[in-house]
Amino acid sequence: MKAAVIRFPGSNCDQDCYYVLKNEFRLETEYVWHKEASVEQFDLIVLPGGFSYGDYLRCGAIARFSPVMRSVAAEAQRGKLVLGICNGFQILCEARLLPGALIRNRSLHFVCEHVRARLENMETAFTHAEVTRSDGKLLTARTGLLLRMPVAHGEGNYTADEQTLRELNRNSQVVLRYADARGAIIEGANPNGSAENIAGIMNRAGNVFGMMPHPERACDPLLGSEDGKLIFQSVIESAAKRGKSSSR
Amino acid sequence: MMQEPAITPELIARHGITPQEFERIRSILGREPNFTELGIFSVMWSEHCSYKNSKPELRKFPTTGPGVLVKAGEENAGVIDIGDGWAVAFKMESHNHPSAIEPFQGAATGVGGIIRDIFTMGARPVFTLNSLRFGPISGNGAGSAAISRNRRLFAGVVSGIAHYGNCIGIPTIGGEIYFDESYEGNPLVNVFCLGVLRHEEIARGGAVGVGNPVFYVGAETGRDGLAGAAFASRDLTEESKQDRPAVQVGDPFREKLLLEACLELLASGAVAGIQDMGAAGLTCSTCETASRAGTGVEIDLEKVPKREPGMTPYEIMLSESQERMLIIVTKGKEQTVRDIFEKWDLPYAEVGVVNDDGMMRVCVGAEVVAEIPARKLAEDAPIYTREATPRPAPEPLGDLPDASALEALPALLEHPSIASKNWVYRQYDHMVRIGTCVLPGSDAAVFLVREAGKILAATSDCNALYCALDPREGAKIAVAEAARNLACSGARPLAVTDNLNFGNPYKPENFWQLRECVEGLAEACRAFDTPVTGGNVSLYNQSPAGAVDPTPTVAMVGLIEQASHITTQGFKGAGDAILLLGEPGNELGGSHYVKVIHGRKAGTPPRLDYAREKAVHEGVRSLIRMGLARSAHDCSEGGLAVALAECCFSGPETIGADIDLSAFWTGRADELLFNESQSRIVISVRRENAAAALALAQWQGVPAWRLGFTGGEHLRITAGEREWTWPVKELREKWWGAIRGWMEAAGEGGKAEALAPTL
Repeated sequence: MKAAVIRFPGSNCDQDCYYVLKNEFRLETEYVWHKEASVEQFDLIVLPGGFSYGDYLRCGAIARFSPVMRSVAAEAQRGKLVLGICNGFQILCEARLLPGALIRNRSLHFVCEHVRARLENMETAFTHAEVTRSDGKLLTARTGLLLRMPVAHGEGNYTADEQTLRELNRNSQVVLRYADARGAIIEGANPNGSAENIAGIMNRAGNVFGMMPHPERACDPLLGSEDGKLIFQSVIESAAKRGKSSSR
Repeated sequence: MMQEPAITPELIARHGITPQEFERIRSILGREPNFTELGIFSVMWSEHCSYKNSKPELRKFPTTGPGVLVKAGEENAGVIDIGDGWAVAFKMESHNHPSAIEPFQGAATGVGGIIRDIFTMGARPVFTLNSLRFGPISGNGAGSAAISRNRRLFAGVVSGIAHYGNCIGIPTIGGEIYFDESYEGNPLVNVFCLGVLRHEEIARGGAVGVGNPVFYVGAETGRDGLAGAAFASRDLTEESKQDRPAVQVGDPFREKLLLEACLELLASGAVAGIQDMGAAGLTCSTCETASRAGTGVEIDLEKVPKREPGMTPYEIMLSESQERMLIIVTKGKEQTVRDIFEKWDLPYAEVGVVNDDGMMRVCVGAEVVAEIPARKLAEDAPIYTREATPRPAPEPLGDLPDASALEALPALLEHPSIASKNWVYRQYDHMVRIGTCVLPGSDAAVFLVREAGKILAATSDCNALYCALDPREGAKIAVAEAARNLACSGARPLAVTDNLNFGNPYKPENFWQLRECVEGLAEACRAFDTPVTGGNVSLYNQSPAGAVDPTPTVAMVGLIEQASHITTQGFKGAGDAILLLGEPGNELGGSHYVKVIHGRKAGTPPRLDYAREKAVHEGVRSLIRMGLARSAHDCSEGGLAVALAECCFSGPETIGADIDLSAFWTGRADELLFNESQSRIVISVRRENAAAALALAQWQGVPAWRLGFTGGEHLRITAGEREWTWPVKELREKWWGAIRGWMEAAGEGGKAEALAPTL
């Protein structure tokens, strides 16, 4: 069981993701440089946040042409688990591994704050687990569960045409939506203007997941939340299961 | 192509060089300088690079201590031991003038510059703070053109800091922002950066090892930022806008690559010396590295990567293009440099060699275009002690009406200097690097450095209103407040970096303010045992309307022993007892109450008593270490009433408080509620621990008082029969929304500036 954290030159959450996977979850984790050609040997692929190539054009627009992304796309085709966080989500959309696009926040300002993301689908490879918090309390995935995690982005406004949104809803591909403290999906809880308050979606096959909130910043009570652990625990369990079932 | 202008008295004057300084240059060279050399001297001998008007003052700072690994002035930034083989490098720098002309790029490149200073030391930058000052942004009516301009500057500076810091992935976790008329047209943009390293990783900026090759790495040299250091060493005038080419353009993505490549190269052991190209660019980095090592450096400008053709030696040497470094490579390790910089897709070039003749020699191919003794250029700038004339004593408070306290508290809370800065820090990525334990908005920023297992606290402080009225006392208070903020967060202070922002030093009153402030800072740093590890001097901060209020910004770094000691300002639950450490006080002079409510900058600012201040810090730290203090917040602008209100709405939930100040009544409500006497901290403890906390404080010689209890939805203060009540939610809304209201309702939220520039 081995995780890859893809490193684009302008990735800046790569060290955070690496730290959490390696130290919080004791997972064998490696950085994979964007110029490398293959991620075949890994069971889990994480695309971290940052500004991949400076992103002066469009976030993620150039990253999708990098050598490593050809291999990420091929592995995703084969069903391997891919988690894209923030800029990683943007890259997955640009690479057409996820539908839709992330455009500039409606406020035109970068926004960094804690948000609540409501779990819309608890049966995904990324959101089904149960974790124990440092205070001993359990955090168990269920539809409607609110996860408190930070966002930090200038372009997190998810947008897609109506047909795509319909399909996402019909196929339960919308995994996370921004919600208020009571779980209501309202405009006031939407930090960036995303369509239908969408904070995270997965592909039809359910093995590629992109989310704007940063779960790696919510794995330590000192940082104010451990809710991000649920995402990592889920994807690690799923990758392990998948590894066993497809073990050659 | 190299038709250079003749050296005339006019040309010399245009370079800001006096006839006496020109004589000194002639005697150093033993001949007339050529045009390129004149340019080189003008930037190296500018105030920004040489500190020629401030050096004798700066020598008054305490700079040594058991934890100081690299002293002020020795290298690009000071380095302080934090234990277990770990150290921190930190420094603060200003980008005031560029930000006045081009706020977005001016502020962005300010961030870039200070980050380079830190990784030049071999440290990985882990967070930044910033200390900002602008003209007023509130109000409509008269003077609204000026207010619009202030808002645009404010929005542009914040966007620029956000753009650079967010992209490079270094969190901006705290700071301070004030709004005052004196900064109109001349905002202050001071940026602090801290990095972490192992003791053995400290990198030096010396051109050591004769024969070692000199590499230029990073962005290509362009015509941007020509002679920015000289530009920063002049008054801002109406014509300053024409100096826009003197403002550099930043590329945070390039800087991110440069940062990673340099840290990788430093770890490889190939580096003999390293220096960033900041102010005065290639000029400063070559002569300073040679001067430090007592060697010489020879470079060939034909080999320097350039952005555009036809650049003259003068332009190349004076360019302040960003994201560039000079690296002295250990001979034989050249290939390591090439491999690493190719990996990161960054330009690099071997441009010269270290020699032993002490000369900074600049060539274009075989032709020598400048030849100057490096040490004399870097170290022998003239030193001036300017004339100092005391300012008249501040206008006394006189007969001050006792304004309605009921209205004064909300008015203070919504004044932009006191109001929440969430509109600002929401635009900064303040959580990347997963170390931010205390979010912006508390007394000090707290950051966990995971690789070192150390918890750092940092704050930046300066009440310039006090400094305007009494520069010496104001500067002392800036240090005391910084130390107090650290104490409130549970930290013990380690050291200080400062940024001295003053007006034109040729005006004797301005120079007097500089001297008074430096002496005040020096005295207080000795008292709190916090050596000054470096900093920055920014003079000529004046617009046609006059000089800015003297602003000696102090950034202080401290260490928190363990995670359970991290303390924040907000009340934690209902039914807790609220205590005051320190004396109730009655000093209204120089207070924000007098400024905001009565529209006057008047009176004698509060006096600082070191013994009491230190006792209060020790007291609060003990209460925190014993697990008694659940919250701690110092009283600063707006006094006790503002501090109490902030405690009510800074916690996870807003919570009311019932306060009885009868014992402090002196006959005036404003004195009771809004005085700014120093050395006061509001803490909350569990009700059952109140007696123990008071006893502990008294045993430590700290005056301590019961104020009341937390609970309910109102802040209610009584004094005898007098009573004032405010709904906490309403107070919070005013405090939370004030800046956003002015910036967004007015339709000038800097939306245009908020967009990243197209590069």
